[in-house]
Amino acid sequence: MDPQHLNLIYLIVAAALATFATRFGGYVLITQLKRIPPRLEAALNAVPAAVLTTLVAPAFVYGGFDVAAAMLVAFAIGLRFSTLRMLLVGWVAVMLIRHVVL
Amino acid sequence: MNRDDFRAGLRGGFPVMLSASPFGALFGALAVDNGFSVADAVFMSATVYAGASQMVGIELFGNNVQPWLVVLSVFAVNFRHVLYSASIAKHIRHFTIIQKLLAFFLLVDPQYAETERRGERGLPVTFSWYLGFGLVIYFPWILNTLIGALFGQLIGDPKAIGLDVLLPIYFLGLVLSFRKRDRFLPVVAISAFTSVAAMHFVGSPWHVSIGALAGILLAALLPPEHRLRQGPAPVEKEA
Repeated sequence: MDPQHLNLIYLIVAAALATFATRFGGYVLITQLKRIPPRLEAALNAVPAAVLTTLVAPAFVYGGFDVAAAMLVAFAIGLRFSTLRMLLVGWVAVMLIRHVVL
Repeated sequence: MNRDDFRAGLRGGFPVMLSASPFGALFGALAVDNGFSVADAVFMSATVYAGASQMVGIELFGNNVQPWLVVLSVFAVNFRHVLYSASIAKHIRHFTIIQKLLAFFLLVDPQYAETERRGERGLPVTFSWYLGFGLVIYFPWILNTLIGALFGQLIGDPKAIGLDVLLPIYFLGLVLSFRKRDRFLPVVAISAFTSVAAMHFVGSPWHVSIGALAGILLAALLPPEHRLRQGPAPVEKEA
């Protein structure tokens, strides 16, 4: 196996261990301490939305007109409907823009 | 092992499996598009087994982000599981240590939600039920990844068939799924602004950590919202 591919395997294993740590960690935490400090809890609570936003906003701003338009359409759908429908409608939108409009 | 409980678990997990299947296939296809081999994609689904974070992982890997930052981001996206495992601890106290390890490995969002609901309703959370529910989601997830990855190999230019918009839209859907949380709007606003600015001034991949850190710090500094939080942790849809 070439070293680059080996690095990817290590990366996946590390990601798996990190994930397992989150799934086991709460159990360990709750059996050790009774209460999490409120500010720490607020910070932890914000982690997923904060991380995921950094993957959305730059794509919207720098991704080009077609991507931004598709994301806007998907956003409108996402306020009411499932993620699967967002993907479907967003995909249709970008295909229309790329192959029909432009 | 109790066969009836195991079967009840299989039945309960079946609809979850169906609704997660397209995402498994999507992950497989996008993973290959981001430089994974088919085997890598299947290996990741089998070992990490957390859809949203797997998508984050391949996106960052595809953008040549440093490995430690990829792992940290996977960890961050999965952080909600800490709340889940803390919350179901009371229901699975009677599991043996091996059973607990296996149970935590399988602890995806719907598994948490159903375990919690079963416990609240006073139904017994047996290991047989838990395992049935978990495995009927776990194995198809791997299989769907394989199917998606094989399909992904056939695709020449992902942009021509619009595959490139699916990840940002998927992440957008995930962000929306957190919108009931405290301080959602200020956190998203500051993370969005900071990540866009960091992309411009510092460059990828630093926009991820800088933008995330800004949102997390803001959440810690804002005065607490007066809302009593009791009972189980809220569940967000993973897929």
